[in-house]
Amino acid sequence: MAPKVEHEMHYRRLGRNVGLGLSLFAFVAIVFWLTLAKVQRGEPVEAFDHTARPSLETQDSGN
Amino acid sequence: MSDASLQSNVTTPAGDAGFRDFVALLKPRVMSLVVFTALVGILVAPNPVHPFVAFTSILFIALGGGASGALNMWWDADIDRIMKRTQKRPIPAGKIAEGEALGFGIALSGISVVMLALAANIVAGLLLAFTIFFYVVIYTMWLKRWTPQNIVIGGAAGAFPPMIGWAVATGGVSIESILMFALTFMWTPPHFWALALFMNDDYTKAEVPMLTVTHGRKSTRKHILVYTLLLAPVALATSFTSIGGPIYFAVSLVLNLLFIRGAIKIWRRDEDEAQADKYLAERKFFKLSLYYLFLHFTALLLQSALGVTWGGF
Repeated sequence: MAPKVEHEMHYRRLGRNVGLGLSLFAFVAIVFWLTLAKVQRGEPVEAFDHTARPSLETQDSGN
Repeated sequence: MSDASLQSNVTTPAGDAGFRDFVALLKPRVMSLVVFTALVGILVAPNPVHPFVAFTSILFIALGGGASGALNMWWDADIDRIMKRTQKRPIPAGKIAEGEALGFGIALSGISVVMLALAANIVAGLLLAFTIFFYVVIYTMWLKRWTPQNIVIGGAAGAFPPMIGWAVATGGVSIESILMFALTFMWTPPHFWALALFMNDDYTKAEVPMLTVTHGRKSTRKHILVYTLLLAPVALATSFTSIGGPIYFAVSLVLNLLFIRGAIKIWRRDEDEAQADKYLAERKFFKLSLYYLFLHFTALLLQSALGVTWGGF
């Protein structure tokens, strides 16, 4: 029954490789969509470089 | 005849584990609790979170929890081989080599922490990193085999997800997230001790110092009652914070009364009685404990969605 055992092993390897491939593809897709989601919300991003911008200043800040 | 066929009846050769075996390393059943409580933590927080950011955060919180499960299985492989309940796990079953589980767990821990910090914020990422450290090092490596209070302190690891979810939305920690943490933290001991009462043989064989093994069943029954009584005020206290309200209070009150009734029943029983009905009360209490936690977090969700406040009464 040796050939059958080899088939099982190959089947298992194929399953793992397909699973890994799909996981990597999902990871890339997640990073892509996450980037889009973050870029679309512009307001909080503006403050990250610590540059004063009029759009970030409140009415009562005195400027 | 190939070398693979020679080994096929013994173990899976290193590097030949299937994808499902790696999924099993992540403890998917525990992961479902992590996902649910983290989701509630995000949804009940006052700050709205972008749906995709929320999805990504929950995914990586779950993967971080799964990674700690894989590292737990790597460290505990020796006792998992002894305990009936854990003999089918991938390492004792010979499907995954210990080194593979270690590498997988470490890699996944790193990825999930970094990705959560990038997707949400640094606080959430640090909390996840601490959770993994706590579960793997403090609980699995240190407390589990050293003290009968292992479950009490180790339960903290399972209690962090709603706090991480809250941090994803708010970027910090507050009384609400501490109380959500405390609910799961205080719930863990009676939940696991009830399990230990009817799974005692496993822990005895593996020489894990569960309370049932070190202090006996009578003392464990008393501990269950004490912790259940301490749990009730913690659970009810959330009613009076910004995420609580009358809906949560009503659900929590009923659940705590049922839980206390179950704990009193367990406390009053002796071993002969328990063995006569095959630990029926203990099994019922364990089952109730699963509903107890699930319904508390569901009530928080409902409370948040319906927005009924104490002022409306």
